[in-house]
Amino acid sequence: MKDSGTYNVDREGFYGPYGGAFIPEMLYPNIRELEERYLEIIYSETFQSDFKSLLMDYVGRPTPLYHAKRLSEHFRGQVFLKREDLNHTGAHKINNTVGQILLAQHLGKRRIIAETGAGQHGVATATVCALAGLECIVYMGALDVARQSPNVHKMKMLGAEVRSVHSGNKTLKDATNEAIRDWINHPVDTHYIIGSVVGPHPYPDMVTRFQSVISEEMKSQLLEKTGRDHPDYLVACVGGGSNAAGAYYHYLDDARVKLISVEAAGHGVDSGESAATTTLGSDGIIHGSRTLLMQDADGQITEPYSISAGLDYPGVGPIHAWLAKSGRASMVNVEDKEALEAAFLLTRLEGIIPALESAHALAALAKLDFGPEQNIVVNLSGRGDKDMEAYSSHLQEYPNNTEE
Amino acid sequence: MNRIDQLFREKQEGVLSIYMTAGYPDLEDTVEIISTLEESGVDMIELGMPFSDPLADGEVIQQSSMAALKNGMTISKLFEQIEGIRQNVQIPLVLMGYLNPVLQFGFERFIEKCVDTGIDGLILPDLPLRIYERDYMSMISDSGLKFIMLITPQTDPGRIERIAGNSGGFLYMVADASTTGSRKEISEEQVAYFNRIRRMKLGIPLMIGFGISDEKTFQTACKYASGAIIGSAFIRALGVNGDTAPERARKFVQSIR
Repeated sequence: MKDSGTYNVDREGFYGPYGGAFIPEMLYPNIRELEERYLEIIYSETFQSDFKSLLMDYVGRPTPLYHAKRLSEHFRGQVFLKREDLNHTGAHKINNTVGQILLAQHLGKRRIIAETGAGQHGVATATVCALAGLECIVYMGALDVARQSPNVHKMKMLGAEVRSVHSGNKTLKDATNEAIRDWINHPVDTHYIIGSVVGPHPYPDMVTRFQSVISEEMKSQLLEKTGRDHPDYLVACVGGGSNAAGAYYHYLDDARVKLISVEAAGHGVDSGESAATTTLGSDGIIHGSRTLLMQDADGQITEPYSISAGLDYPGVGPIHAWLAKSGRASMVNVEDKEALEAAFLLTRLEGIIPALESAHALAALAKLDFGPEQNIVVNLSGRGDKDMEAYSSHLQEYPNNTEE
Repeated sequence: MNRIDQLFREKQEGVLSIYMTAGYPDLEDTVEIISTLEESGVDMIELGMPFSDPLADGEVIQQSSMAALKNGMTISKLFEQIEGIRQNVQIPLVLMGYLNPVLQFGFERFIEKCVDTGIDGLILPDLPLRIYERDYMSMISDSGLKFIMLITPQTDPGRIERIAGNSGGFLYMVADASTTGSRKEISEEQVAYFNRIRRMKLGIPLMIGFGISDEKTFQTACKYASGAIIGSAFIRALGVNGDTAPERARKFVQSIR
């Protein structure tokens, strides 16, 4: 894992104008400790050997790169799926939590806190806390607790305490605020496992590095399958943007690879109910990071909407603000109904039920202009178990394959 | 002379500063509560600009911020309300808030409006020291405004020196590792921290805030600093039913001294 040049974080913790650590003094010692030690710790021999063996034996890596033939035929291009859905706990989230729990142990922390929206990061955190035998508290917006009860049960079974957050709008943004407040109140013994490439420096860079195993594997898998170590198009969904950051990492400075970041447009970009942050947002500060975010004219942060609970975050990681602003990544907006369609399409053509988040990335295939011989990798960030309720309610629109 | 400097020149002990959220409990209460606090003997006021995501604040100030936003409070509205306030209010006024709304308002324009309306100081807890020094320090010191910074029990001595050297008006000592509004007794550990800072002889007045809620904690804090700041306890008192908001404000101050 080497630094990848111009699109990587600079010494001050910025990606171009974005990033930094806009935090109150109460958090300074914690952030400073991380900033000073994270690189030294995560590139130490013991860390790397523990991290790699857990990713292999516990998470189930490397995840396959699957050449989806029927999907390729449908879209008239060579479509490959990076199967992050096959990870333990069902999504890419665990790559990061395995890394961060090892880091917490190196720092001597005894208490772990996390925020979660849909509950995927909460489950991934509760899982590694059980594995490490550490206390785990997960903050989750009260609305999400009600909407995502299977994941709440999983976290509880794993031994975590799930704290329902009633402040603000009672969703992911507020759960993140509450986790940060917890950290302010427990500055010595606690490590905060942020679930995406958001928050104050060094979190965006640290989480990106843990997720970069995705593009690392992709390179050798593509070489083996296509004779080239890079795709022509690389497609990923962006809420906070951790799966995209990990899928892009080793290709950031490779101009041959077109990076396609897919944002959730909810009921439509102009409907007032969407999460298309880079289209609708403007520069500002959220959760300690300067980035693009959805806000009103007075600088109050607004509540986004998407059918996908993992994409309705009002900001994006600073790396994605910079990739979008600099033109390195192209942004594509996908509405709820397009994502649902893509989920059913993949399921019926390939027998893979994707998470709603990943379905947004798949839906972008219909909007790209590639040739029949070009290689497109879609990062299939998670599986659809958690979304069965949403899918079930649309089943009647997609009649089954059998003939009466 | 800046009113904050003036205050600490005239008074080195028992300084009472009250934090209030602008536009709370009702949108138009701001100015009347300020006047009442001055009449009741409060020495300085921190005027909170509400934000949707107040990271460093506990439940009470979160709720007052949400209520104020719902009432329609904005930075523009606040400057409208306090235009002309210097015709009858003499005590120092400090604006406190988060960086994002100030950036959207425009930092330079914000500083100009502060100077125009007679604001004396500014607290922006999420503007980091390094960025402040690089981008804003010269603008703020040219304006005559005092930029007040925070230290906590975990801040190391070298950094305390640097913060104290750059902080204007006074140094805000966060009493405990906490968000605002934690209600506890002052512990021996905290007293040791207060004494440690006092012994550093930083050459700037010290004010203690966070967790100061009543006469007892106020008096204790005053033993170790020039004074103390009360926020959440005051906001809580304002939110109680019965009486008018200014009347509740007056009674609260009477309960402190």
